Amino acid sequence: MIGIYLSGSLIISLCFYFARNHLINVILAWAFIILQTALAVYEYNHPDITQLEYFTPDALAVIFLGVISIVCIPAFYHTFIYFTKHPYKPREQGLFYAAMVILTASISAAYLSNHLGITWVFVELTTLSASTLIYHRRNKLTLEGTWKYIFICSISITLVFIGILFVTVTVQQQGIDNLFYRNLSLHAPDLSPFWLKLAFLFIFTGFTAKAGLVPMYTAGIDAKDKAPYPAGALLASVLMNVGFIGIFRFYEITSHTVIYAWTNKIVLISAVLSVFVATVYMLRVKNIKRMMAYSGLEHMGIVMLGLASGGIGYYAAILHLILHSFAKPALFFQFGQIYRTYGSKSVYDVGQYFKYNITGAVVLMISYFIITAMPPSGMFVSEFLIFRSLFESGLLWVLILVMLLLTVIIWAFGKNVFKMLFIKPVNFDDSHVEPVPFSESLSQFILLALVIYVGLNPPAELVQLINSAISTLPR
Amino acid sequence: MTNILLITYTISLIYIAMANRMLTYIRIIAFQGLLLFGIAFVELIEINLLNLVFVLLETIIIKAVAIPYFLKYILDRNRITREAEPYVSNFVSVVVVTLIVLGSFFLANSVQDTSVRKIFFIVALSALFTGLYIIITRRKILTHVMGFMIIENGVFVLSLAVGSEMPMLVNTGILLDIFVSVILLGIFADKIGDVFEEQDVEQLKNLKD
Repeated sequence: MIGIYLSGSLIISLCFYFARNHLINVILAWAFIILQTALAVYEYNHPDITQLEYFTPDALAVIFLGVISIVCIPAFYHTFIYFTKHPYKPREQGLFYAAMVILTASISAAYLSNHLGITWVFVELTTLSASTLIYHRRNKLTLEGTWKYIFICSISITLVFIGILFVTVTVQQQGIDNLFYRNLSLHAPDLSPFWLKLAFLFIFTGFTAKAGLVPMYTAGIDAKDKAPYPAGALLASVLMNVGFIGIFRFYEITSHTVIYAWTNKIVLISAVLSVFVATVYMLRVKNIKRMMAYSGLEHMGIVMLGLASGGIGYYAAILHLILHSFAKPALFFQFGQIYRTYGSKSVYDVGQYFKYNITGAVVLMISYFIITAMPPSGMFVSEFLIFRSLFESGLLWVLILVMLLLTVIIWAFGKNVFKMLFIKPVNFDDSHVEPVPFSESLSQFILLALVIYVGLNPPAELVQLINSAISTLPR
Repeated sequence: MTNILLITYTISLIYIAMANRMLTYIRIIAFQGLLLFGIAFVELIEINLLNLVFVLLETIIIKAVAIPYFLKYILDRNRITREAEPYVSNFVSVVVVTLIVLGSFFLANSVQDTSVRKIFFIVALSALFTGLYIIITRRKILTHVMGFMIIENGVFVLSLAVGSEMPMLVNTGILLDIFVSVILLGIFADKIGDVFEEQDVEQLKNLKD
């Protein structure tokens, strides 16, 4: 199936590139969505059966595949809206769609990969396809954003490769001749702690560029800001899961070794710093899209806190990732409407949104409550569990610090959002405001409803999948 | 033989620190590609045709010919001034790179492990840090791409030292990805030359909060 999927998406993206007709684009988009869903369903029904030697649908991969299959449907829908409102040349549109298909396909393949090297290859492919999306508008600022993104991601992915080489050193000492994750975790206790530590440092640092954590988060923020909003939604949700899965798979290997406590410390430091940096920037950021991107930094920090504290934290971390991947695209899709109404990304130019677009304003308000994890948001549950696990693992000071920082973030986020909703904008000429039809907000409502539903009442199958994804980690 | 090649490689790193012209940088990178081919060729234990073709492709064709040629093309097309214009003087650069080599030497010696041959480890680490240093201290965007190439060459030396366990398929994927990312970096450096007046990192300061 994965073979059919990869070749199918390659063909679809080629067709997108050459198609110059709206109807053909719609058909191709549907074809890809069906292919993507078929892959997710197929892998769900064939768990742990290796295909093409390098792809195994384990529980974590199946979860994230489900998430990306859901998120990519509204992403394509909003791309169509984006192109009807901002008519680009058919050639540029075709390139955008093609890159989006390649990005989704390489993300899916990176989830499924069971080999350290193959993960590397597909993660690098996401950088290359994402850069096409970021450069879409072809002006000075997007050029700068794209350059920084490719450069930092290339350096990071090289760091990951160095990490892989260090793994190879210790693997050879044990006489293992391949780098399948299954094999590595099987022999993990015998591997040399020195090389593993070195490898973990490099691999972790490298993947933070994708996961959007300190230290390599910077390029990701620029990318989410400069990419058109449907692409920004993908970069801010499912692409961050790729970074997480890269870190998580290696973390799983180290969890069977003596360096486990040490890795937890590294993860914890990065997590706390991420939340801290997010807080600092949230206080001063005036660009709405960048504000959403920094909120992603905060949430990844919280996820990593869950991972570092262990116990129920593992479960909560993965649940939080799923919910974040639903909630953040809703915000980005909503941003598209805001930009169309006001023609600006700055908080200063946006205001009294309720007057111009009631449904959109309701979406914005609800998604603010959802993303800051206030009940009934599903993220409240996962954050609550993460805090509990922090408390249980004796990291009380970290918990207090993070809670204080989160309070500041909620205040800073709220200040901007409520300014956008209620306070009159300065010098805004509202004679040309077009009403936004309700149908364009429907996908956001569905995504937000999913966050509430999955968080408060996760389906039994999902709970089972999450539990089997974390089953190898020490309790 | 390997040692001679590796030491020549390290000398080329020091030379790049004091090189003045962009063209010299490109020539050194091409020369490094040739050296890497020599090292890989000597180190190949079992010379079967597939391995030979792969190494030839990776070092001579891509690292020594394609990428330098491409960089030269961008250099000419954008009429980039021939001086590299570093932020620091060349003398300081030479001292720093020498210190980097010395530091890697001590670092590698502190590793109590016999499975990696030390000289490879030293050279790889030196190349890695020299590449980062070149990126930090040079002003032109094209030099950043070259710094990235130096890092990639260092990683190649390291991969020779540990004897890659990757199957051919994975290796090819990695090679292709690196090649495409360098080409992409080059293309965007080219675009930056078109859009901005100068190919200078000082121009890239607009994205901030």
